[in-house]
Order: sequence, then C-alpha cells, then structure tokens
Amino acid sequence: MRRNLFIGFVLIIILTVLSGLIVWPTGPNLKIGRYFKEIKMHEGLDLQGGSHLVYELDLSKIDKNDVDNSVSGVINVIDRRINALGVSEPVIQSAKIGDKRSVIVELPGISSIDEAISLIGKTAQLEFWEQEINISPELNTTNVPLAWKPTQLNGSHLKRADVQFDQQSGEPQVSLEFNNEGKDLFSEITKKNLQKPVAIVLDNEIISAPTVQSVIEDGNAIISGKFTIQEAKKLAIELNAGALPVPVKLVEQRNVGATLGIESVKQSLLAGLIGIILIAIFMILNYKFPGFLAVIALGIYILLVLSLFKLIPVVLTLAGIAGFILSIGMAVDANVLVFERMKEELREGKTIGAAVNEGFKRAWLSIRDSNVSSLITCLILYYTTTGIVRGFAVTLAIGILVSMFTAITITRTLLRLAVTTRLERIREIT
Amino acid sequence: MNITGKKTIWFLISTILLIVSIISLSIWGLKYGIDYKGGTLLELSFSKDTNAQLVKDSLNSLDFSKGMSVQDTESNAVLIRTSVLTQEQINQLKSVLNEKIGESKEIRLETVGPTVSKDLTKKAIIAVVLASLAIVVYIAWAFRTVPKPANSWRFGICAILALIHDIVITIGAYSLFGHFFGYEVDSLFITALLTVMGFSVHDTIVVFDRIRENLRKYPSKDFEVNANDSITQTLVRSLNTSLTLIIVLLSLIILGGSSIKHFIATLLVGVTVGTYSSIFNASLLLVVWQNSINRRKLA
Repeated sequence: MRRNLFIGFVLIIILTVLSGLIVWPTGPNLKIGRYFKEIKMHEGLDLQGGSHLVYELDLSKIDKNDVDNSVSGVINVIDRRINALGVSEPVIQSAKIGDKRSVIVELPGISSIDEAISLIGKTAQLEFWEQEINISPELNTTNVPLAWKPTQLNGSHLKRADVQFDQQSGEPQVSLEFNNEGKDLFSEITKKNLQKPVAIVLDNEIISAPTVQSVIEDGNAIISGKFTIQEAKKLAIELNAGALPVPVKLVEQRNVGATLGIESVKQSLLAGLIGIILIAIFMILNYKFPGFLAVIALGIYILLVLSLFKLIPVVLTLAGIAGFILSIGMAVDANVLVFERMKEELREGKTIGAAVNEGFKRAWLSIRDSNVSSLITCLILYYTTTGIVRGFAVTLAIGILVSMFTAITITRTLLRLAVTTRLERIREIT
Repeated sequence: MNITGKKTIWFLISTILLIVSIISLSIWGLKYGIDYKGGTLLELSFSKDTNAQLVKDSLNSLDFSKGMSVQDTESNAVLIRTSVLTQEQINQLKSVLNEKIGESKEIRLETVGPTVSKDLTKKAIIAVVLASLAIVVYIAWAFRTVPKPANSWRFGICAILALIHDIVITIGAYSLFGHFFGYEVDSLFITALLTVMGFSVHDTIVVFDRIRENLRKYPSKDFEVNANDSITQTLVRSLNTSLTLIIVLLSLIILGGSSIKHFIATLLVGVTVGTYSSIFNASLLLVVWQNSINRRKLA
C-alpha cells in the first residue's frame, strides 16, 4: 500500500517536471530519432494576429441580383475548406468598395500558410465530360470523336469524396460517392459511353479520362491521376467543400497584429494570475492542509493542460481561454466536493484515513456525472459548429478530462501519502 | 435550514428576474455589434512612429469608438474595424488622430460584412438544443437507480429548466447592459453563454447527486425532506465553488483589460444566477413536481 503510494508520488513528480519543461517558454523541442516537433504555444488572431488575405471576386458573369448570394456562397465554401485544414477560428468577412466585392480571410499564424492560400483560391468546379460523336448519316463511317462536351453530372451531385489507395499499385486515389440524382446520371453516362472514355474535369482541366468498362449503378467513381498523398487530400477537401460559385483572385497578403490589443491581453493575463493566487489563498484558509495539497494539485493541473495545449497543438484564443478558466473552476470544484465530503465523514466520527477514502469515493459520482454532462456538450459543440464555439469546446474538454485525472489521482495520492506518513509518526511517538 | 418550505419566495425571485429579462428583451432587444452586422474597415498609414494600442487610446474619446478594433499591419499602419461610419465621422476620426499622433494617409476604406456568420449562430443554437436533450438522456440514465416514486427523467428535465432560466436571465441582463451601458453583442457573447450553460448544468448535477444518495439512504423519508437535506448538505460546497469562480471573474473585471470587460460581466451574471438556480430552483422544481404527482395519486 505504502509502496504503491510512493510509486504514485514519484510518477507525479516526473509528470510535473516533464510538463514544466514543455510549458517553459524557452523549453526544448521534441526530438525522437528523426521525428521532430517544435513545441510552442499557438495563439489565435485575437491574441497574436496572423495573415490577412484579400480575395477579389470575379463577378463579370454573374447577374446583378445574384451578387449577394455569390458572395455568401464564396464565404461558406472558404469556411469549409479552412475548417477541413484544421485551422481554428479564422475570420472570414465580405468587403465592398463601390461595385467591387471581395472576401477578407484572416488566419492565425499557421505554418502552412501557402497551402491554405492555394486551397482557398481554387474554384474546384468538378465536371464530367463525354466525347461528342460525329453522327453523319450520309457517310455512315465509324464514329469520329470530335470534341469533349460536358454532361449534366458535376460537383453539385457529389455526396462525399475520400482519399484511398489503389489496391495493386498503392497509389493514392480520390473516391467519389454521388447522391441519388448523381447516381442515376452516372449510370446513364456509363451506359451511353460503354467502352468509350469519360473525362473527369476540374476547373476545365482534364485530370483523367478512363474508358468505361461497365455500367456503374452504385454511384461510386474513382479519380486516379498521378497524385501524391498531399494532392489527393487537397482534392478531396476541395471537392467536399464544394465549388466556389465565382472565381476569386488573391489581391493582397500581409501580416496583421492582434485584434484584442496587446496591452489588454497582457493586463487580463495578469488579472487571471492574481485571481488564481486568490483562489489558492481561499483554498488554504478554508481547508488548511488538504487545501494546500489541492493548490499543488491545481498547479500541476494547469501545467498539464498548458503542455497539452502546446503538444496537440491547440490554437489559443480568448474563447479557448474561457473554456480553460471554466475547467479550472470545475477542477477546483472537484477538490471542494471531496474535502466537504471528508469533513462530513470526519464529523460522523470516522478516522482520517477512512474519511479520505470515503470522501473520494462518495464525491466521485457527482464529479463523474457533472463532468460527463459537460463533456457531452463539448462533443456536440465540436462536431456541429466551427470557429470560436469549436475552440471553446476543445479547451473545455481537455480541461475537464485532465481535471478528472488530477482531482482523483494527484490530490488523492498526495493526501493519502500525507495521512500515512503522519499516522506513522503518531504511532512512533506513542 | 428550511429551503424547500420557502419555495414561493425563491420562485417569486426567479419569476421577477425572468419577467424583467423578457420585458427588457422585448422592449430594447440586443444591440448587435460589428461581429454580427459588419461595418467599416479603414486602413491608415502614419508618417510618424505609432502602433495599434496608441491609435486605439487616442480614439477612445469618440462616441463611435465602442466595439472598435485596431490591429497593427505593417510598420506604422493600422487596420481599424468599426460600425458603419459616415464620411463626417471618418473625417472626425482622422482629425483626432492628426492632432494626437500625426498625419495619416488612407490606404483603404471598405464596407465589410459580419465576421460571425448567421450560419455559426444557427449551428450553435442547434448544438445547444441537441446538447440539452443529450444531457436529459444522460441524467435519466445516470440517475436510473433512484428509488420510486422518484423518476430519473424528471431530474434531467428539471436540470434543463434551471439551465433555460439561467440563460434567459443572462441574455436579459445583457439587454439591460446594452440599453444602459451600450454593451454590444459580439462573438464573445456566444462563448459567455456557453460557459454559463456548462456551469449551470454542472452545479445542478452536484445537488441532484446528493438527492440521489439520500433517497437511497433514507427511502422512508419524504421526498421534500430528502431534497431539503441535500440542498443544505451541499450548500457550503455550492457557495465555495461559486465563490472561487467569482473571485477570478472579479479580479478579471477590476484589473483585466477593457476589451473583455463585457465578456466577464456576462459570466459574472451567469455564474451568480447559475448558483442561485442550482440551490433554489432545480431541486425545488423536482419537489413541486413530485408533490403534485403524489397529490394526484392520493386523489
């Protein structure tokens, strides 16, 4: 029993030192063999700024009444593409000078900015072309292919695009799944063009033109070109996000500072720190020695969460910090629940050791149920929303998971260790 | 302590707060900021050394500076986002900067759309409704062992009723703040509401957990007595936990930067109301519900 506690204690110290190293602003980067990862805190647009991109919309072929729809369509598609890249909390807004319309995209200082730029600008208009057949009844010669002509099937009939690998060559491919209308169209096209080529076309460029071997009725198709994995992934993202309703052109790219004001952010961080110190004082005054242990556990908790933010990495924004603060509150609450319970058990005449065990056992149910309900909320928010709401859900979920771990494991180990050593000292004296 | 006995008083307080919130919302509504409405984007470049913070401070005296954001772009140039400005206001803004910082050149002047899309707001609302339903189901499952005549579904539904109470009052308070102090709804408002939601359910479940335990321990006691005991037993923890959060929020609102003040104020209202409802509403709703069922059975 005592030995297990000691092992636990040593593990806690190792964990603390490790996360301390990660959180340390000028700490080392991760290097395991050839694997290298830069460890740093990624801050969002509101805290640190990022890249400011302006895309001009080419509305020359659009009816005046459709301009607003086209602009919001472009914004939606860009939003989906950026999200698929995993960039958190971009700012996307329309802008207007006179008749010119543009879309402003701001991305937090991500490393793959070039990739993002090329992805955003692609129109990604997917089409299927068939060959125009020269039917001249007089000559009655063999059909001579004249030119390609578009079929009715296009990107709007797509249900999903995925990256997969060819079973023989292992080459990356993009698989397409059509919706019901697309399924019928595709089966019609393959029937009509049996043993003839059908071209898969992206932005007026033929990617591949395989010959139809059989009628395909299940609505699945594969694009195989000479893709690298990166290219295949990008294509799948573009296709899933849909085509831009009008072409766009990048007209400006530059770096911008934080939207929230650096002074304001610094001031708030300091205030948050003071708040945490006040909590520590409150816990120690209120719960004495256990309170002191809880403060240590909370310190470890904050280190662990911050190091996870750096490792994953999570792009930290104000919304994310709000999630983090709420999770600190919940972590404090877990400790308060346990200690209040311990006090009750002591009042009922139990020994310290028994009260510690009962306190954790009884408080566990309420910690579990309250945290699981918060985790459910986070999960739903994460999967159904984008932007700030998603950022909030991520940090809150990480915070809650770690807080359940620290409140139960770290505080308990420290408390049990204190109780056993103290009890033994009492035994030695008597 | 007899908390359940004074049900009427506690419910009355909540009802008054709810009515005030709804009245304020229907008369004044919410003021939407540039995150929702869009506005003007103005880029200025200065001949003298300056930065976003200096520009922002210089513009504070203007009556249309609320919700304005200023970003650094290149050296000595800034990007200003504000609500839609008239040419007159732009001139006024430039003359203030001219006086306080130095001459500036206009690089860009555009009308911009919202940064928080309607789509995101809609998605967030749908997500919250879904999450509430999921929480009802989870609580019903986690509390399935409560002895009869209690019913675990009622626990879930009462937790969500308390949540709706907290959210409505927080939004109502924001509408009041909007009318009297000019608070505008921005992207942080959604975050604040989500935080309040998380806190509210969390706090309520802790009290419910104690009711679950007491119901099993003392099955012969009346539901109302058990509920009252549970509220009293968890009172210290409810207050202590809320107090720690309120300490952090107060230090943030007093010492923190101005750009997040309205955000913290919203949280402060939400946490206070959430604590109140988990002590004085959620469990009492359960009691009222249980009593009415008992009475119907007797009749």
